[in-house]
Amino acid sequence: MKIGVITFPGTLDDGDAARAVRLAGGTAVALWHADHDLRGVDAVIVPGGFSYGDYLRAGAIASLAPIMTEVVAAAGRGLPVLGICNGFQILCEAGLLPGALVRNAGLHFVCRDQRLAVEAETAWTADLKGREIVVPVKNAEGRYVADAATVAELEDTGRIVFRYKGGNPNGSLNDIAGVASADGRVVGLMPHPEHAIDRLTGPSTDGLALFTSVLRAAART
Amino acid sequence: MARVVVDVMPKPEILDPQGQAVTGALARLGIDGVADVRQGKHFELEVDDAVDDETLERIAGQLLANPVIEDWRVTRS
Repeated sequence: MKIGVITFPGTLDDGDAARAVRLAGGTAVALWHADHDLRGVDAVIVPGGFSYGDYLRAGAIASLAPIMTEVVAAAGRGLPVLGICNGFQILCEAGLLPGALVRNAGLHFVCRDQRLAVEAETAWTADLKGREIVVPVKNAEGRYVADAATVAELEDTGRIVFRYKGGNPNGSLNDIAGVASADGRVVGLMPHPEHAIDRLTGPSTDGLALFTSVLRAAART
Repeated sequence: MARVVVDVMPKPEILDPQGQAVTGALARLGIDGVADVRQGKHFELEVDDAVDDETLERIAGQLLANPVIEDWRVTRS
């Protein structure tokens, strides 16, 4: 199974995302922002960083990059897509996920190990639903906001995938750390599962299960 | 109380890569005819009537804008 990892100008975490794919047993395929080619991958990761220097709004310019045209079209056909941190912001700007991410309530850049409840079964969380995990969070614009009707719909339809536990780091509505598309194939979250795959460098290996989940989901389709 | 608006823009001779990135993104949306975009900041202040124009200029010139790289305009509404 091949999982694409997109690199934009200013992306930081593509290397770790590719390594997570390999540790999970998949093949990581590098995708370039300026290309119109998904290279036949079975899923796509939009990794973290500061694409285009966060110009205009975080994720706004990257959401219009040529590769994102292909990602949006493929997501419409059910391709699993995971947006992590800046990748989550990009998926929201691209209209693949509802809501937006704004400046943290405390104004601080927050960097810490974060407990999360995994509340929904998606293409990326089949191996994790109902569990509590610990993965790093590191951002300054991670406060999830959406209008009241959207949040109510997400709650009622079980599309809140990750919720902060043990303290909300940024003032996100309803402690939301990550959400899914209606079909459960597109998932975005602010914390970094790709940094929690190896005891040597992360607080846990909990993050690996997102990548093993999608490899099995991709194998079924 | 009075509403005061302060608009801050990068000086014309200062390169504005953010504006250039927006210009490029518009082209990707298929929109023609936008030759240039420059990005600035728009502030809305609620101030006491006692605050005079000189003070407003200080607010703009010492905090809201950097006179080295930005121009600003103070407007009482």
